[in-house]
Amino acid sequence: MQSVTIKNSNTLYNDEIVKLFTIAALFWGFVGMLVGLIIALQLAFPELNFEPYLTFGRLRPVHTSGVIFAFGGNVLFATSYFVVQRTCDTRLWNDKLALFTFWGYQLFIVMAALGYVLGVTQNKEYAEPEWYADLWLTFVWVAYLIIFLMTLKNRKEPHIYVANWFFLAFIATVAVLHLVNGVSVPLSITDSHSVPLWGGVPSALIQWWYGHNAVGFFLTAGFLGIMYYFVPKRANRPVYSYRLSILHFWSLIFIYIWAGPHHLHYTALPDWAQTLGMTFSIMLWMPSWGGMINGIMTLSGAWNKLRDDPVLRFMIISLAFYGMSTFEGPLMSIKAVNSLSHYTDWTIGHVHSGALGWVAFISFGAIYYLIPVLWKRKELYSLRLVNIHLWVSTIGIVLYITAMWVSGIMQGLMWRAYDAMGFLEYSFVETVEAMHPYYIIRALGGLLYLIGMVIMLYNCWKTINGCSKSCDMCQCDKEKIYA
Amino acid sequence: MLEQHGKLERNSILLLIFTILAISVGGLIEIVPLFRMETTIEKVDGMRPYTPLELVGKQIYMRENCSSCHSQQIRPLRDEVERYGHYSLAAESMYDHPFLWGSKRTGPDLARVGGKYSDEWHTAHLVNPRDLVPESIMPSYAFMKNKGANLVSLEKLLRAQQIVGVPYTEEMIDNAYKDTVSQARSGSDTTGLNSRYGNKVNARDFDGQKDFVSEMDALIAYLQALGTLANIKDYQLSTETISEYGNVKGDRK
Repeated sequence: MQSVTIKNSNTLYNDEIVKLFTIAALFWGFVGMLVGLIIALQLAFPELNFEPYLTFGRLRPVHTSGVIFAFGGNVLFATSYFVVQRTCDTRLWNDKLALFTFWGYQLFIVMAALGYVLGVTQNKEYAEPEWYADLWLTFVWVAYLIIFLMTLKNRKEPHIYVANWFFLAFIATVAVLHLVNGVSVPLSITDSHSVPLWGGVPSALIQWWYGHNAVGFFLTAGFLGIMYYFVPKRANRPVYSYRLSILHFWSLIFIYIWAGPHHLHYTALPDWAQTLGMTFSIMLWMPSWGGMINGIMTLSGAWNKLRDDPVLRFMIISLAFYGMSTFEGPLMSIKAVNSLSHYTDWTIGHVHSGALGWVAFISFGAIYYLIPVLWKRKELYSLRLVNIHLWVSTIGIVLYITAMWVSGIMQGLMWRAYDAMGFLEYSFVETVEAMHPYYIIRALGGLLYLIGMVIMLYNCWKTINGCSKSCDMCQCDKEKIYA
Repeated sequence: MLEQHGKLERNSILLLIFTILAISVGGLIEIVPLFRMETTIEKVDGMRPYTPLELVGKQIYMRENCSSCHSQQIRPLRDEVERYGHYSLAAESMYDHPFLWGSKRTGPDLARVGGKYSDEWHTAHLVNPRDLVPESIMPSYAFMKNKGANLVSLEKLLRAQQIVGVPYTEEMIDNAYKDTVSQARSGSDTTGLNSRYGNKVNARDFDGQKDFVSEMDALIAYLQALGTLANIKDYQLSTETISEYGNVKGDRK
C-alpha cells in the first residue's frame, strides 16, 4: 500500500464536473424517492392513480430509473471522476467531453422519464427507454469510457488503484449489457416506438442477463469502487487486504454474469439454464462477502471512529446491508425458496434492502465526504444532522423490508394454501386485500427515508452556502490518499 | 500470482480486455444455446402471430406497463396450474418481442385470461376495477373507451415485427387496416381475417361502441386471445413435472 501525497493545486483536478454530478445526484435522489413514495401510496390507496399519465404502471419505471440511473448514475459519475483523478494524480481527460457526459446524461434521464409518463416504453424492466434514448445513452457512455481510459492512461502512479478496476468493469460491462439487450428495430426514423430484436425465451434470458447485471455491475461493482476509495479515506486506514481485493474482484465479475436465470425459475426457460443460474447465484455469496469483509475490516484498529463519525457510520452500515442482501439473494435464488418468493413482495423487500441500505447509504457517505472537499469547507454544516439522517433512514429501511418480508411470504403461502376439501383456500383478491396494512407500513418506511433525504439536502445546502468564497479553511494540504 | 496481477494493474487496456473476457464467458454459455430453437421450444400447434388489432392491444398493454403487476407465465406448480390453467409453454410467447412474462403478481397472472371473462366484464373492469372487484387496487383505465386505437402506423408496426422474425406475410401487412376494422366491428365480413389468422380469431365489437375502434377494443381483443392460441390439449402434459414440483405444500388427501 503506497501512500500518495497530493500536491495542493486547485487547477490540477477538474472538480467542477464532480460538483455538477453531485448536485444532480442529490436532486434526482429526491425526485426518485418521492415518486417511490407516491407509487407505494398508490398500492395502498388506488384512488391516487390519475389516468392516463399518473398511474402506477407508468410511474413505476420513473421511480426505478429515477433512483437507479438518475440518482445512482450521477453518484457513480461524480465519484468515479473524483476518484480517478486523485488516485491517478492527474486531471480528468478533456473538460469539454466530461461536460458533454454531464448534460448528455441528464438529457437521457429526462427523455426516458418523459417517455414513461407519455407511454413510450420498451417494457423491459430497468431497460424501458425507447430506441432514441438508448442510442443517445450509447454516445454518452462511450464518451464516459474514453474519458476514464484516457485519464487512467495519463496517470502518474504506476499502479491502477483497486477502486478504478471496479469503476472500469462497471463502465465496460454496462456498455456490453446495454448494447446487446437494447437492439431493436424502430418503426421508422420519426416514430418513437420500436420492436426489440429478441423475442420469447431468448428475450427473457437476455433481459435478465441484463437486469441482474445492472444490479451486479451498475449497483454493485460501481458502488464497490466508491467503497474502495471513500471508506479507507474517511477512516484514514489502508484497505484491509490487497489479496482479497484481487480475489474478490475477479471472482465477482466472473460469477455475477451467470446469475441472471434465477429470475426465471420454473418458467419456460430450459431447466439447464435455470440450474446454472441458481448454482452461480449461490457461489456469488462468497465474492460478495469478500467485498464486505474487505470494507468493514478496513476499520480494524480504528473502530472508535465509528463512534465519532456519522459519515463513516453511514458507510459501514451500508456494508452491513450489502452483506445481508447478498446473503438473502443467493437464498432466494434456490429454486425451492424461489417458488415461494417469486412474484411476491419479498423480491421488492430484497431489492430495497440492497438499494436503500447498501447503494444509497454508501452514496450518502460518499456525498457527505465530497461536499466539504469540493466546496472547500472545513466540515459539513452539521454532523448531528448526518446522524439524524442516518437513524431516520435506518428506521425507514427496517419498516420497509420487514413489511415486505411479511407481506411477501404471507402472500406466497396464501397462493398455495389448500383447504380441508383440497381446494385452493384463497381467491387472488383475498391475497391482495391481506397486503393492505403492509403497504401502509411500507409507505411509512419510504416516507421516513424521504425525510432523511430532505435532511441531507438541507445539510448540504447549508454547507455549500454557509461559508464565504474567501474561506481559507481549505483542507487540501492535509489530504492523503491511501492507495 | 500477485506479481502476475501487477501487469494488469499497470496496463489499463490489458485490464479492460481481461475484464471483458471474464464477463463474456457466462453470458455466451447461457445465451447462445437458446437460439437452437428446437431444444428451447416444444412442438405445439396453433401458435400464430397476433392479429393487427390484438397487436395494437398488446402495444397498449405495454404502454401502460401492465406487466409491472401482471405476470404472463404460469409455473408448473400445483396451485398455479389449478388457479390459472396449464403451465406456460415456451412456444406461447415465441412471437412476443419482448417477452411479457413479468416478475411480480400484484394482480393475478394473465397468461390464460383469454375467454375467462366476458367482453362486458373486461370493459366495466377497465373503466373502474372496483365496480366489479371492490378490493382491487388496479388503476382505472376509463379513457381507453373514448380514445381511438392507433391505426395509423399499423403497417409499420407489422413490418418491424416481420423484420425481427415474426412470420407476418406481405398479405397480412397489406391488409392490416382492413383486418383491424373487420375484427372490431360486429357484422363485418371476416373472410379475409379468418383466412389469414384462422377461424378461432375473436371477431366482434369488444367494448360495445359500434363504429368506433377504441383502445378498449384493441386491449380486450388482446386479453381475450391470451393463452388461447396454442392447442394445449394436444400437448403431451408432463405429469412428471407436475408431481415433482406440485407437492411443495403437501399432497391433496
